[in-house]
Amino acid sequence: MAAHEILAATNAVVTLDVALPGIVWPWLVTVNMWAKSIGTGVIFMLFLLIRKYPEQVGSLRFQTTVVSIIFIHIFLLFTLAYLHQPFRMWHIFFYPNWTSAITVGAWMATLFVGLLFLLAYLSFFKKDNVLFDKTLLWTVLLAIPVTLYTAALMSQATARELWQMPTESAQMIFAALLAGSAFMILLGGKKLNYEAKSSLSNILALSAFMSFLLYMSEYIFGPMKAEEVAAVLEYIKGDGPYTVMFWLGQWIAYLLPMLFIALSRTSQSENLLKLAAIFALAGLWLVKHVWLIIPQLLPMS
Amino acid sequence: MQLGFLVDLHLCMGCKGCEIACKVENEVPLSTWRLRVKYVDVGTFPDTKRTFTPLRCNHCENAPCERICPVSALHYLENGIVNIDKERCIGCAGCVMACPYGAIYIDPQTQTADKCTYCAHRVASSMMPACVVACPVQANIFGDLDDATSNISKYIQVNQGNIQVRKPEKGTNPHHFYVNAGNSTLNPLASKRVDGYSLFNKITTLPVGGHH
Repeated sequence: MAAHEILAATNAVVTLDVALPGIVWPWLVTVNMWAKSIGTGVIFMLFLLIRKYPEQVGSLRFQTTVVSIIFIHIFLLFTLAYLHQPFRMWHIFFYPNWTSAITVGAWMATLFVGLLFLLAYLSFFKKDNVLFDKTLLWTVLLAIPVTLYTAALMSQATARELWQMPTESAQMIFAALLAGSAFMILLGGKKLNYEAKSSLSNILALSAFMSFLLYMSEYIFGPMKAEEVAAVLEYIKGDGPYTVMFWLGQWIAYLLPMLFIALSRTSQSENLLKLAAIFALAGLWLVKHVWLIIPQLLPMS
Repeated sequence: MQLGFLVDLHLCMGCKGCEIACKVENEVPLSTWRLRVKYVDVGTFPDTKRTFTPLRCNHCENAPCERICPVSALHYLENGIVNIDKERCIGCAGCVMACPYGAIYIDPQTQTADKCTYCAHRVASSMMPACVVACPVQANIFGDLDDATSNISKYIQVNQGNIQVRKPEKGTNPHHFYVNAGNSTLNPLASKRVDGYSLFNKITTLPVGGHH
């Protein structure tokens, strides 16, 4: 492994350490975060569209709610799947420890699901757009902490120096905005005109830019602050095992979508916007996965 | 009462008696360890030295595992021990991610988190932890940190200036101390891990939950 300086004078070599298994939060947790970004992000975008383009939203109210319900349930399903004792999930509700971000997140996500079903009822059965829009405001307000709580959880994982609260929370919000805008561009179809999609693509491009900026800031300046961060980032530098995946993710999630959106401005091409959206959604999984795995590779002993 | 542990690394000879006693006492499954002894070779031949560092849960006063556990499966006992209720654990592995010392693992048999409890069940019966009893050189010293007359308190007083804890920068306030430790023994980043240099090169680990 590497990065950190081993003093030549000590020349210390570990000759026996039965280190405990490293990867305990696997790809299932990546899917969890990825799906949650879409589930909350589309709600943010629906709120924006209702404010900016109310005449175009129409049936998108119900469709977006259904998309959010589906992805939040994927998030919940994968949360259960990565638990080693999934049938004890109910313990969170009966023995809650309120200092844990997992507990707070579980309760908020449950409430969020309740509000989503209420939105579905209001849009599909009651067809009451006024009440829907009022309820949506509360849903949006709750979607913010729901999308942020994973950042708090990663921050509470004090063994992993790479995950710091201010950066992770910003990354989570940008991930939700990126995923939400990307999905809404695809979902919009013919219901949204180019102007509305262009607004969504602006959000996508800005979120991609800000996320890329944050990753690059961590990549360049993180190692200057902490020895552990320097050691962890070695896994995505040089011949590191996750270098290719890291840069693939940065290109697919952020750089190429930004390029496609810029190109779509000159050609007014909706297809380029859709391509940017697909790339952003696929790439987001990669960047999330790399950032989840690499701190777990570092020996703690 | 605040129970604590102290290991005098100058005395430890790496016999792993503590490791085996712990395994037997707590029925720790294959491929997992509540307590293990790390060997670090220091120096360049012929001036080399092998150091031994027993590693176990640090029973932190400000335990990140207790804070992150969503169901309070990890909890403080009145005597300062950070205990675990395996029946309550949901296996989210948050504690594994939070522990800066890599002291918590997922038990492959019960699929719940597990770690050293300072043998809380023995302590409750006024017995010493199994590793303390097994140590042939009394390198493991266990006792009440609040009692100035306890062996551990006296040891700390005598060795003032030579007491270390692992990763003090994490702010966890460990109740586990080392005497005669150094950077290469306590800091995992201060020593190399070279393939083929381990005394046992074919260590296998059982899959945890079948997720990876």
